[in-house]
This record gives sequence, C-alpha cells and structure tokens, in this order.
Amino acid sequence: MTAATTEVVEPSQDTRKAGRFVYVTGVVLLCAWVLVPLYFLLINTLSSPETVNSYPKSFIPEFDLGSLTFFAGFDGILTALKNSVIVAAMTMVMSIVIGAPAGYALSRFEFRGKELFRLLILLTRAFPLPLLALPLAVMFIRTGIDDTVFGLALVHTTLALPFAVLITFSLFSGIPIELEEAAWTLGCNRLTAFQKVILPLVLPGITASAIFAFVISWNEVFAAAVLTIENRTLTAFLLQNLDTSPLHLKFAGGFILVVPALIFIFAVRKYLFAMWGIANR
Amino acid sequence: MTLLSKVIGAASGIALSCTAISAQAEVLFWSTQAKPVEEAQAMREQVLSGAGDVDYQPNDGGPWITRLNAELSAGSGSIGVLGALHGDFSAMNPDDLVNLDDLGLGAASDTFNNLAKLGTDNTLYVPWMQASYIMAANKKALEHLPEGADINTLTYDQLIAWATNVKEATGEAKFGFPAGPKGLKHRFFQGYLYPSYTNGVVRTFASDKAVTAWEKMKELWAVTNPGSTNFSFLQEQLLNEDVWIAFDHTSRLAAAFNERPDDFVAFPAPAGPEGRGFMPVIAGVGIPRTAPDMEASKALIAHMLKPETQIATLRATNFFPVVDVELPGDLPPSVQAAGNAVAIMSASPDANPGLLPAGLGDKGGDFNRVFVDTFERIILAGQPIEAVLEDQKKTLMRIMEETGAPCWAPDAPSEGACPVE
Amino acid sequence: MNPRLLPYVLILPVTLFLCLFFLYPFVLVAQQAFSNSSGFTMSNFRDVTEHWKFPISLKNTFLLALAVVPIQLALSLLMATMVTKMKKGRDLILYVWTIPLGISDLAAGIIWLAIFEQSGFLNSMMGGLGLIDSPTNFLSYTSPVMVFVAIMLAEIWRATAIMLVILVAGIGLIPKEYYEAGEVFGATPWQRFLKITLPMLRPSLQTALVLRVILAFEVFAVVQALGGTLFPVLMGETYAYQFELLNSGAAAAIALIILAISITFTLIIMRALRVPKGATI
Repeated sequence: MTAATTEVVEPSQDTRKAGRFVYVTGVVLLCAWVLVPLYFLLINTLSSPETVNSYPKSFIPEFDLGSLTFFAGFDGILTALKNSVIVAAMTMVMSIVIGAPAGYALSRFEFRGKELFRLLILLTRAFPLPLLALPLAVMFIRTGIDDTVFGLALVHTTLALPFAVLITFSLFSGIPIELEEAAWTLGCNRLTAFQKVILPLVLPGITASAIFAFVISWNEVFAAAVLTIENRTLTAFLLQNLDTSPLHLKFAGGFILVVPALIFIFAVRKYLFAMWGIANR
Repeated sequence: MTLLSKVIGAASGIALSCTAISAQAEVLFWSTQAKPVEEAQAMREQVLSGAGDVDYQPNDGGPWITRLNAELSAGSGSIGVLGALHGDFSAMNPDDLVNLDDLGLGAASDTFNNLAKLGTDNTLYVPWMQASYIMAANKKALEHLPEGADINTLTYDQLIAWATNVKEATGEAKFGFPAGPKGLKHRFFQGYLYPSYTNGVVRTFASDKAVTAWEKMKELWAVTNPGSTNFSFLQEQLLNEDVWIAFDHTSRLAAAFNERPDDFVAFPAPAGPEGRGFMPVIAGVGIPRTAPDMEASKALIAHMLKPETQIATLRATNFFPVVDVELPGDLPPSVQAAGNAVAIMSASPDANPGLLPAGLGDKGGDFNRVFVDTFERIILAGQPIEAVLEDQKKTLMRIMEETGAPCWAPDAPSEGACPVE
Repeated sequence: MNPRLLPYVLILPVTLFLCLFFLYPFVLVAQQAFSNSSGFTMSNFRDVTEHWKFPISLKNTFLLALAVVPIQLALSLLMATMVTKMKKGRDLILYVWTIPLGISDLAAGIIWLAIFEQSGFLNSMMGGLGLIDSPTNFLSYTSPVMVFVAIMLAEIWRATAIMLVILVAGIGLIPKEYYEAGEVFGATPWQRFLKITLPMLRPSLQTALVLRVILAFEVFAVVQALGGTLFPVLMGETYAYQFELLNSGAAAAIALIILAISITFTLIIMRALRVPKGATI
C-alpha cells in the first residue's frame, strides 16, 4: 500500500511507536475506505453480464471487456468526451477569472453590503438548478447561445462560482495582510504587491478551486441534457440514461465517467501537493 | 375536410416523398422511450438508419419536458419529433402539437387513434408502439405452484399462495414488485389490482371491494421481497435471483429473457373476483409547433409507422407494433415470451381490459400520485385502509372535478366528470 | 484608483454574472411559488406543507445532515492533520483521499448500491467469511435504520473530500513558526491542534461547513439510489412536483423552503465561526 512510503516527522521514540502504528494504520484504513468501493466498480465493469448478476460476487476481476467494448462502439462518444472537456475547461477559466477578484475583495476590504454579497453568492448553491433550467433555456434559445458549449459553460460557471469565490476568499484571508503591507512599504503599489507577493502564494490554492470547477462541470447532467443537443457532453449523452440500463452497462458507464475525473485530479495532484510547499516556506 | 386542406395534404404528400429521397436537414427525435443505452443504440443503428438524417436523443422525463417547454415558450426550437407515452402527450397543451390529420396515419386500433386526439377532433400524435405489463417467473419457482394452479389462469389468491410456498421453501420472500422510485407501481393499481377486484378505478376507488383489494395487496406484500422499494426494473432482480416471481412492464423484463431464455417463463397477470384486469401502454410520435422542418418531421413519423420499421422497433425496444404486421419468426426470446403472455391474457375468458387514463391533462401525475400515496400509506406506513381511502378519495375527487374527465373502461361511462362513489 | 471603490470593482464581474445567470431565472421561478391562475397566493406553500410526505422528508433531510456533516467535519480534520505530518508520499495519499471529489452523486449511487444490494459485495464478503448463511436484505422497509446507515456511509464517502480539500488548503497557510513556538513552550500535539490549528483554520472551517451544509440539504441522487421510496427527502419532493406532477408552483415553493433552511444555517455558521476582521482601508 502507498502508505508504507510515508514517514512521520516526529523523532522516533519508543513511546511513539504505538502512536506511529496507530497513525499508519489510520492512513491505510482511510485509503482503503476510499479505494475499495472503486475497486468494486472496477470488478463489475470488467465482468461479463452473467457475473455481474451472480451471487456471491468474486473479488477478483475476470477481465471481460464486453461492456467497455460496447461503449467504445457507441456513436458519438468521442465527440461527447471532447465536448465535456471543453465545457469543463471553459468553466474552470471563467470561474477563476470572475471569482478570484471577488474572493480577494471579501478578504481584504470592509465595504457596505459585504455580508449581503456573501449571502447572495451562497444562495446560488442553495437552489436546485433543474428548476432554473427552463428560464435559462428560454433565454439561451432567444439569444442564440443555445446548444453551444459556451452557453453550457456559462451555466456551469454559475454553479462553480460560489466555490471559486469562497475558496479564494479563505485563501486570501489566510495570508497575513502584513505581507502585503510590507510590500507596499518597499515600493510596490497594490497591483504589483499582489502580483509579486500574494499571487505566488495563492496560486496552488487557486488550482485547487479550479479542480472544483472542473469536477462540477464534468459531473453536471441536467443542464447539459437540456441545453445541448448536437454538442452533448458525456454526462448528458451517457449518464442520464444509465440508471435504466442493464446492470453491466450501468457499471461500465459509471466507470467511464469516473475515470477521466480521476485522471484529471491525478494530473493536477502536484498542485494539491504544492499547497504544502507553502507550509514549509 | 376542406378543399384547401386536401390540396395541402396532397402537396405535403408529394413533398414527403421527395424529402424521403433527397438529403434533408437533421431531424431531432426527442424521446422519453428507448432510453437504456442498448435500446438507444439499436434505435439509431437499426430503426432509424433508413430514415435519413435523424438525431435520436432519449431523455429522462425532467430534461425532456424542460427542453420542450423552453422551446415552446421561446417560440422556436430544434426538436423535430417527440416520442413519448400517451400520458406525456396528454399533459401538453393540445395547441402545442401539430395537427397530423393530413398524414392519414394511425394504429390498427381505433381506441388508440381516439386517445391520440387528446379530447380534440384532430390527431395530435400518431400511435407508435405498444406494450403491456405481464408476470415473469424463474422456472425454479414453478415446482412451488399451489395445487391445481396453472400460471396461465392464475388468480391473485393463487399468486399469494405461490409466493408464500416459495418463501416457506427458500426462507426468502421472492415475489418482486416495481415499487422503486422509477418503478411503474401505479399502473399495477390502476390497471390490474383495481379492475380485477372492483371492476373500476375511479368510481370504485374507496368502495368495500377496494378495501378487499388492498387487504389482498397487504397479503401479497407480506411475501414480497422487502427490497422491492428499490426495484424499478425487475429484469435485474430476476437475473440475480433476488426475485423468482415478478410483475413488470414487458420491456423492463426483456433482459432476463434475452440473457437466459431457458430459465424464465412469462405469463398473464393474475385474475381477481371481477376478472383479469390489464392495461396497455401506448407510446406515440408527435410534432411540436416549433419544429424547424415540418416536412422532415412528418416524413420521420411516416417512417416510424412503416411495417418494417415497426418490426425493427419491436426488436430494439420490446414495444409491439400498433399497425397490422406479420411478425417474423426469428424475434428475440423476450419478444416471443411477452407476446405469448399478452396474447393469452387478452384471449382469456375472464379478460377485463382497462384503458389508459384519459382527459386528465396535466393532472395525470397527480392522478398517479393518489395511487402511489395510497400504496405507501397503507402498505409501507401501515395506516388503516378505510381511513387512507377516505382521505385519498378527496384528492381524487378534486382531480376529477378540476379536469372534468369522463370515466374510462372498466369504469361505467359517466355524464361529465367521472364520479368517485 | 479610489480605494473605496476598489472592492466594488472587484466584485462587479461576479455580481453581473450571477444576476444574469442566477438571479434572473431565480426571480422568474420564485414568482411561480407565489402565484396561481388568479394572482398572488400562498396556496402553493400550504399545499406542499400539508402533504403527508412533507414532514417525513423534512425530518429525513435534517436527520441526514445532522448525522453526516459532523462526522465529515471530524473526518476531514483528522485527514487534514494526518496529511500535514507526512513527509513522503503525501501527494499520493492526498490524491487518493480526494478521489471521491471527482465522482458524481449518480455514479456514487451506482457504486454503493452494488455494495448494499441483496446480491451485492457486502453480502458476498460476509458470506465468504462465513458470517452469514444467506444474503440479508439491507435496503428493506423492514430495517429503516440499516437503510439510513447505508445512505450515511455513502454520503460520507462521497462528500468528505470537498471539506478535506478546503481544510488542507487552510492548514497549509498557517505559518509553521506558530507550531515551532508551540513546541518550544512544550505544547502537546493535541494542545497545538486546539490552540493553533483550530483557531487559525476558522476561515476555511467556515467555508467548508457552509458549503457542505448547503449541499447536505440538497442531497438527492445517492438517497434515491439506496433508499428508493423508503427515505423521501425534500429535494426528491421538489423534483417530483416539477417533473412528475408538472406543478412548478409547488416545486418552486419547496425549493424556496430549502433555500430558507439553508440561509438560516448559513447565518448560524457564519456567526459561530466569525472570521476576525482583516485589514481595513
């Protein structure tokens, strides 16, 4: 298991050995807690239809690729995959570009209406999108951005913005204002101080909130199903009908949806790690 | 029919035959049916391959209606043809559906064609395919059939006895009922339990006979797999053998027969004191008034009604043709099994066929909810039957009065709104 | 630039964006809750609250949030502090622990149903270990507690990562010197956690809790997959009104009730974990 490579910072003393054992066990157990259900999904994905329905289940996959092959031959799955990636990327960029300035404003300034503003931001996550989809779709059809990846990205950005604003807010709040003030006294103006001092510090954290945006967009079904026709995303194309499909295809479809998200998080894990660089500065 | 409309009809007929040959713009087929990924794929590759450029997109009810309503209120859209159940169409405003009289298409059954008028004088959708609900059982269960019972003439009492025998023999309740969130349980009450026990649905909703029906339902539930509240597609539970005897929609049992044809049998729904109640499922194709290319849409509808398309649809979706066609001999096992069961059910001497609720408009959901609520309160929450029926009766009466829907079979016909007696 | 105007300039993009893509459709939808064919009415609210399922779904939603969120908070704090102690392998461990972030609730429902269903993995495992003779039915109306526990586990699995990422980012921003000072004065790890980590983590804790609580009141897909019709929740009722009963007035009414509950809890959390005032201009 991966946890075997971890080391503990504390100096090793005999009394600490028990503690260390508990610690390593804890890490291993928590990893298993996350991974085992995914392993079950993998087993079912790589099983023939008969095995998926059998009892008791085997705990070793039999590497039957039938279900995955079915999806490989599914018309338009590559286009849908491409659309999903484009929408998610657009959502990432837009939510950070629009959200981060607000996060900075919330953390550094006292201004009238600040609390109301924060509430309004939060409100957007407390109301279900499927109800808003109808007026949005009408608006999109009338303005001609219906059935475009950009239009869908706008809606997904609305979903991701609260995360972007609040995460950047807490990131900026965590950086002592003294650092910025020091930069000002050293001749920086607000903008250059931000660029030279604050930005490098928060960039990894911002990447983390971009991951949120990506994942939110990637997994969103309803708006995608309503707002895209020719440019369907993978979720709208596949996932919304999975629950009515035969079991083996249900699992294979679920697997296909999970994997790209995992790859994406894996690709940016360095930045998750880089947040740790700050702590050790 | 006026001369003008005849001319238009002829013109569109010509246009129709032209467009069938020439390349046409892509028609968006926006459907609530054939959703499972395999069926959708079969629709695209087999059913619609000869229909020109068609984009078949099946959807969940939520996105389906949201997109449709958005296009209707924006006044323009991309949906060319709607594929949906009768209930979905009847929930729409009739003005939003294009009059399809000039196509001259229809089902072999006039009952269906009348339903497709949605209470107006015009054909607003064309019946597309039909199905029904049947029973299916694992052959292992057959040895536990009660003495003298024949699966083709089963009664509810025998079904209960059978499921009880299975429970005693295996230690598990192995009757399965689609009571999950997406399960079609309401149709069981409306089209099977109520007609079989009360010879009605609306009039007899709170009658003494209805009390008996719910008492039987309680007995049946006692020998029903308690996981049934999660079951929406009984083919899954039949295949993994959590369930040995099941009631469900023909297309929701299909996978069991196709994957292991030798292990399962299909047979008619059981009978009660008032006969063997059963009910059809009808899906139709219609055109929203915002369709971008009316002629292409009409051509697609005409394609869907062709005999060979109907047979291809049957193979793809397990929904049966609505027009008279000669069925080939090499149909998938699920189709053969379901076809036999439905035929025996319709031809049985005690058959008591019901119709789909009609005239309820957008209250169809509320109507279904009355039955689902009654089920959940009596069976799941254990509330007293009489009190629940009295209480739900008020809701039912309000729905009938608001919509003014007249009675449908097996209820006796009514003047005006169907009364709840 | 006038420093008094600067914060408003910074929040302007978000405000405009959300007004267009959230507030506008929201107002249209909210209107429906207060109107019927004859004009203004409160009858939608009366109808939905008088329905026999409403109190049950309200209770279920609260119970689930109450059971899940504290556990997730504790678990994510534990995981976040565990990660800080690692030297090697922490990016990998962090990656593994954030995997569920990328998994949609629909996929999570599919995965956990495969575990808990009668012929599922849990029964197979217990059967294999000889703990049970025949598979038990976990998700049955006869054992509502088990259904609740299953939903709880799935929710904890799925949605803890959101809090973890926010908290990890927050802990990363706490200057190491504080801990070193703590060690110099002989503080135990537990004391350091209580006196340094928790107070310094307040902004992140606030963000994480608010977001998690709001999302907890909107829980739906996993509950539906595991609880079927046995465990109605508010969001499920909203969708039933909107898409099955085609009663958008009633759907909007329930959604507004959820919104009101979310606002209340947000205010409580914001007050309880008030972030100390940052710099003022």
